[in-house]
Amino acid sequence: MNSLDKLIYMANQIARNLSPVADGANEAAVADHIAKFWDPHMKAMIFRHVEQGGEGLSPTSLGALRQLMDEGAPPPQTRATKFSSVDGAGRSDAG
Amino acid sequence: MTYVKQSDFGTPEADGAPVRLTIDGQQVTVPAGTTVMRAAAEIGTAIPKLCATDSLKQFGSCRLCLVEVDGVRGTPASCTTPVAEGMIVHTQSERLAKLRRGVMELYISDHPLDCLTCSANGDCELQEQAGAVGLREVRYGYEGENHLVQAKDGSNPYFDFDPTKCIVCSRCVRACDEVQGTFALTIEGSGFASKVSAGTERDDFLSSECVSCGACVQACPTATLQEKAVAEIGTPDRAVITTCAYCGVGCTFRAEMRGEQLVRMVPWKDGKANHGHSCVKGRFAWGYAQHKDRILKPMIRASIDQPWREVEWDEALAYAASELKRIQAKYGQRSLGGITSSRCTNEETFLVQKLVRAGFGNNNVDTCARVCHSPTGYGLKTTFGTSAGTQDFDSVAKADVILIIGANPTDGHPVFASRMKQRLRQGAKLIVVDPRRIDLVRTPHIEAAHHLPLRPGTNVAVLTAMAHVIVTEGLANEAFIRERCDWDEYSDWAAFVSDPKRSPEATEALTNVPAADLRAAARLYATGGNGAIYYGLGVTEHSQGSSTVMAIANLAMATGNIGREGVGVNPLRGQNNVQGACDMGSFPHELSGYRHISDTETRTLFERDWGVTLDPEPGLRIPNMLDAAVDGVFKAIYIQGEDILQSDPNTQHVAAGLAAMECVIVHDLFLNETANYAHIFLPGSTFLEKTGTFTNAERRIQLVRRVMSPLNGLEDWEVTQALANALDLGWHYTHASEIMDEIARLTPSFAGVSFARIEALGSMQWPANDKAPDGTPVMHIGGFARGKGKFVVTDYVPTDEKTGPRYPLLLTTGRILSHYNVGAQTRRTANTAWHPEDRLEMHPVDAEDRGLKDGDWTRLASRSGETTLRVLVTDRVAPGVVYTTFHHPATQANVVTSEYSDWATNCPEYKVTAVQVSPSNGPTDWQEDYEALSERSRRIVHAEAAE
Repeated sequence: MNSLDKLIYMANQIARNLSPVADGANEAAVADHIAKFWDPHMKAMIFRHVEQGGEGLSPTSLGALRQLMDEGAPPPQTRATKFSSVDGAGRSDAG
Repeated sequence: MTYVKQSDFGTPEADGAPVRLTIDGQQVTVPAGTTVMRAAAEIGTAIPKLCATDSLKQFGSCRLCLVEVDGVRGTPASCTTPVAEGMIVHTQSERLAKLRRGVMELYISDHPLDCLTCSANGDCELQEQAGAVGLREVRYGYEGENHLVQAKDGSNPYFDFDPTKCIVCSRCVRACDEVQGTFALTIEGSGFASKVSAGTERDDFLSSECVSCGACVQACPTATLQEKAVAEIGTPDRAVITTCAYCGVGCTFRAEMRGEQLVRMVPWKDGKANHGHSCVKGRFAWGYAQHKDRILKPMIRASIDQPWREVEWDEALAYAASELKRIQAKYGQRSLGGITSSRCTNEETFLVQKLVRAGFGNNNVDTCARVCHSPTGYGLKTTFGTSAGTQDFDSVAKADVILIIGANPTDGHPVFASRMKQRLRQGAKLIVVDPRRIDLVRTPHIEAAHHLPLRPGTNVAVLTAMAHVIVTEGLANEAFIRERCDWDEYSDWAAFVSDPKRSPEATEALTNVPAADLRAAARLYATGGNGAIYYGLGVTEHSQGSSTVMAIANLAMATGNIGREGVGVNPLRGQNNVQGACDMGSFPHELSGYRHISDTETRTLFERDWGVTLDPEPGLRIPNMLDAAVDGVFKAIYIQGEDILQSDPNTQHVAAGLAAMECVIVHDLFLNETANYAHIFLPGSTFLEKTGTFTNAERRIQLVRRVMSPLNGLEDWEVTQALANALDLGWHYTHASEIMDEIARLTPSFAGVSFARIEALGSMQWPANDKAPDGTPVMHIGGFARGKGKFVVTDYVPTDEKTGPRYPLLLTTGRILSHYNVGAQTRRTANTAWHPEDRLEMHPVDAEDRGLKDGDWTRLASRSGETTLRVLVTDRVAPGVVYTTFHHPATQANVVTSEYSDWATNCPEYKVTAVQVSPSNGPTDWQEDYEALSERSRRIVHAEAAE
């Protein structure tokens, strides 16, 4: 897979796995995840692809990316994207 | 400094109600259950002993520790006599002295008298006790039958067994049984013919079941079991307490030295993680620090097809700085990045991420947690609000049902596994969910109640089927859920898992797990008492790794197995400081303390302290760095203590990414595989040569103390600082403790941490701040740290890595006890005696289908690539599944692994690769080409010595 194909795959994978989230919140959760974890280069590449039609993107991931492009990052949709506050006694995020 | 041996109280600690007694006229109060021997030792009275040591249960065989007790006939052994209220004990009298001398006479009549040339001279309990009891003659003489002519067993690379010195106290046998749980040793014969044996007549220590943990050596009171290093060098003259640099258990050791020469590593009895035990790696495999392959001088080259040129530090750092600046000017702010090491200290990791953020001006920093437990972070954070392991290691002592999924603790976390085995031998039940029959399924005195040999890639389906059983059979803990979790979310989840299509019967064909076995296992976990789940990379290294972690958390919450000792969700973290590396902000989206880089307040805190403006956008993860490199937009990288070419998946893609970069800086001990593509090599220092802290899997921060000068001249944090200053960053740390002070200043969970506090307390578990000044051992007692526990619906999504006619088998990978990960350290020690090569485990049916016999060379091919290794025919794996380790670079195991990864974190799916296996007559073209490239790449033009 080239880089763009990988990003399309990743976006669709995120959308598929976040699909049990309640209706209506799913696209926001995907948008939130991409906003928090993808770097600008990756976002720029996938946004360009959306502008060119978004071939290969699932309806949910396409909707999420459009939301991200048009409205910016939504507030945290899951606890995974709710991080410690500046003075929070921070909790482990992995290991 | 004077060498002081560790205290030995003779018998283990007890914890009953206080009992008062008198010993030699002195009043003493100890817990009920304490032996007289221990009570005496605690007031400084050393009753003579030989068969007793405080890591083992009392044995009562040597008869040296006799005492007199008022009102009690005879002379009871103090090691087997529990204290009683009002007891009056006398530890010394004419009668006792005569009896003890008599016992010693018997021992010495059949013992070599070469004390002055014996390797245990000055460190021998037999010698010590002969002196203590006042032995002056041996009336029996020395002409009788004896055991003085017997062959020494030197087969183990690290210690010798000399039966001529054995007093058959059985400490070694008992240590192997009680502490390690391997039961490799026994006393063969009886009476005068009794002798220690490592197995059958044909076995020596190396060929036996012995796992070389060193417990027997540590327990042995004489020179019978002795480290070869002590025999060669002499006894140590000082000891420094430090922390092991292998796995996430974080064993603490006494580095016993003679000058700057390390004589031996002895487990520290007060180590909170290991309680005086060790494994072969930490105990013995530290010789890599002085291996001839160690690179001690900086090296540079303009391109990777040229030989390396040794240079001085100034030249190497100036070259590195000029390249980084050139690349950033040409390709942009985000065209470079770094990888922190999960093996280096917290302080060193903090500086690498600071170099990237404050120096390079972006967030392109990542760490090896990416490829191991990043799904743990995502998954447990979503469900519990915090993802630290919920328990400490000691918690296993209170578990009634232990469920191990995707982990092999006897190989990966051996010291913790020994504790787990102690609990299992006491009667706790075991459930193993693993495609392979790991050792724990059936091991001396332990048998798993259930082994569920699932098809690789079906974790979520199996866990959901278990949830189905628990919910539909009414086994959920409703009271716990109502109190601690969100009931509506639970109801949604319960409805989801109750669907008949998620039942064990409906999923049996998919998972390969018989429905009846799965139902029984689920019932046992839910109703068997305290249920504790331990898991490893067989959970995380999948395309649904994060989902599997959440499924595990769902099970624990549904059954109320959270928030007290003996339960919990326990990720078995791998590296010695992977916990620390994550705590220090090694991920591209987070600053230290798990605060997102986009948070303005957090960023401002760092910007004020560092005097720079930080990039608010998340950076690249390691796999994305490689993609960006192939795209031509990521051109330089600083890699500290990580070998991505060997450890990351799809080797050919990693090689392509590295080859596309213009400046690869490798900071490591050896010329590793990644260094084949490097332009600058900065020599690193080992854990023996630096001071700092590691944080183990229990969030326990422990000190690493320098015991010898760094052979390369600098501790690793000093190298990073020098590179930063070559980039004009103006850092001026003079000691690692100053870096920890900065971490504490900027990271609330570390606010109370300092070297002084850790020294005073021995170790600290974060969070350590005003609310918890001494640290926080157990989490979620009474409630989850962030409100309610969250049930998350985890739908099974099959991996896209499919078997088919061309690739009909599934490959999964793992580790072996004697080696550590890519083997960079352990391959450069005598541990190669146990595992000189990686082998492909294959079921007899699959082997026969292909005309393969045990030991044959095979070609292992996948859609990504192919490699060659020798087959090991075994029924430990199910038909259709093959398994290998990845400790030797020649194996090239990651040439075949795919690019699929966890949906949430990009943790690679190492555990599921569709492969075909066929006979082979030699290495693949890739292996041969790679061998040639490595040879060319490792040429070094040494600097001429100064006149």
